[in-house]
Amino acid sequence: MKFAKPVSLLIRVGLLSAAVILMVGIAGKAMAQLRVDITQGTIQPMPIAIPAFVGAAGSVDELSQNVAQVITADLKRSGLFAPADPAAFIDPVVPPSATPNFNNWKPLNVQALVSGAVSTTGDGRIMAEYRLWDVVSGQYLVGKQFFASPDNWRRLAHIIADSIYERLTGEKGYFDSRIAFVDETGSKQERVKRLAIMDQDGANVRMLTNGEDLVLTPRFSPSRQELAYATLANGDWHVYLLNIETGQQERIGNFPNMAFSPRFSPDGQQVILSLQQGGNANIYKMDLRTKQMTRLTDSPSIDTAPSFAPDGTQIVFESDRGGEQQIYVMSAGGGAAQRISFGTGRYGTPVWSPRGDYIAFTKQEGGQFKIGVMKPDGSGERILTGGFHNEGPTWSPNGRVLMFFRDTGGASGGPQLWSVDITGYNEQIVPTPSFASDPAWSPLLG
Amino acid sequence: MPFSLSLGRILAAAMIAAALAAGGCANQQKDLQAGLGAATPGSPQEFQVSVGDRVFFETDSSSLTGQAQATLGKQVQWLMQYSQYSFTVEGHADERGTREYNLALGARRASAVRDFFIAKGIPSARMRTVSYGKERPVAVCDDISCWSQNRRAVTVLDGG
Repeated sequence: MKFAKPVSLLIRVGLLSAAVILMVGIAGKAMAQLRVDITQGTIQPMPIAIPAFVGAAGSVDELSQNVAQVITADLKRSGLFAPADPAAFIDPVVPPSATPNFNNWKPLNVQALVSGAVSTTGDGRIMAEYRLWDVVSGQYLVGKQFFASPDNWRRLAHIIADSIYERLTGEKGYFDSRIAFVDETGSKQERVKRLAIMDQDGANVRMLTNGEDLVLTPRFSPSRQELAYATLANGDWHVYLLNIETGQQERIGNFPNMAFSPRFSPDGQQVILSLQQGGNANIYKMDLRTKQMTRLTDSPSIDTAPSFAPDGTQIVFESDRGGEQQIYVMSAGGGAAQRISFGTGRYGTPVWSPRGDYIAFTKQEGGQFKIGVMKPDGSGERILTGGFHNEGPTWSPNGRVLMFFRDTGGASGGPQLWSVDITGYNEQIVPTPSFASDPAWSPLLG
Repeated sequence: MPFSLSLGRILAAAMIAAALAAGGCANQQKDLQAGLGAATPGSPQEFQVSVGDRVFFETDSSSLTGQAQATLGKQVQWLMQYSQYSFTVEGHADERGTREYNLALGARRASAVRDFFIAKGIPSARMRTVSYGKERPVAVCDDISCWSQNRRAVTVLDGG
């Protein structure tokens, strides 16, 4: 098989410092319709083979092996792919420049094969390339090259995994993304909470605050490397913005009482939050540029946990205005709100999917805390997971996976991060150094 | 698990338990002092032990129960007598709620106590409120015996 010259050249300016990731498409005949059917309730994971990549010297080295392993782990954790055990491979390595010998892959019953290589470039960067093959038809599906600085090798692997995921599912991936969360250490009575950030697979954990002040509910800016979060500092709760790269912090507003529960607007220009006034909490919107505040709710109740629709026209929030916590939707300008949760129990922490199709929530019912989704009009409620305590869902950038925290209780127990597919299948624990809560999933770093 | 109970912590927990049984206080050091003898009149120890520094709430409620009003009545008397103290009312929620809601619920409980004090004539300038939501439980177990201790508002004397 011959490859045509690259037909598209797309430069992605990485959001991580000094990470310029360049993607080069490799064109070829891409006629086959190999697909994971992700429209069903239960998903048959696609068997796929990902042999070790070829290294810089022409043979497998540590880096080229690690890149293949990160890609394998990403695809496996998604639940949509079943990577074959490399121990069974007849060809342990397939150079991307060669057409694979499909007769050596068909006996493994894999449908797709990934071949790839990692090399260094003259200017000190690394280049990772891959090709995706349909084993059954023997066809070439897609191939790409990516460039990055050596310390960003994991991002190269995540970007390749996203590329494979997108080609085989028809949806954008979510592996090149990060999680902000609250790291928890110490006893339950005197818990130390620190803001932390890591890759979506748990790698590269970094603490962002020192634990001196309590911190809660970090939320990503959709457009900048910035978090909004609530912290108990100088005697009350305030909302702060934190620049992830520089560590620079800025307090939002100067309010007489508690400010909490922040979230960005889809364009990143506004933050919606709750302000406490006596026994009531109301929702406000602050324009980050003009610092102008707009009051969005005005009720003698607890209105909190607001979240924008991805098109910015509406806001979903929770309120106990009807007697107990329920979910309401209002216009982004405030005003009348429509209750959308009508099942038994209490509903809180609503979060609008980045695709706009669902609102995820925490539901308390029968002494259990459950994670579920419903459509924005309140119909089609589905519970994805339940148990003693599950709380605070956050969406993957493609709206396919929810991450949340689960606490199994007990005096020495604590919360841990979990993810679940929107079908309710494929529950996975997310590795963290200590107990962890309040996860927030970033947009794709792209 | 990331944490294991050290012997020291177990001992400390036992001492707290003993002190709680003796009167129910916010601070381990003060509990121990209080347990050793009669508190000095007008001291924060007296406020905590003899008057009672905290009131408890029903699930998801900020209404002051009869018992809570009785305790707050004693607090008012004491605070009127010792007017040199300014203080903070801390509102807390148990673990059986979501994070943001519980923060607001704790604030609502602190506000209910504040309103009671103001209605009884304590100047608002002497007090401030803060909510801890579900972030600072005093009792840690998975049943109502603990949760009911955590649904509380604690009057903490400044400098006490």
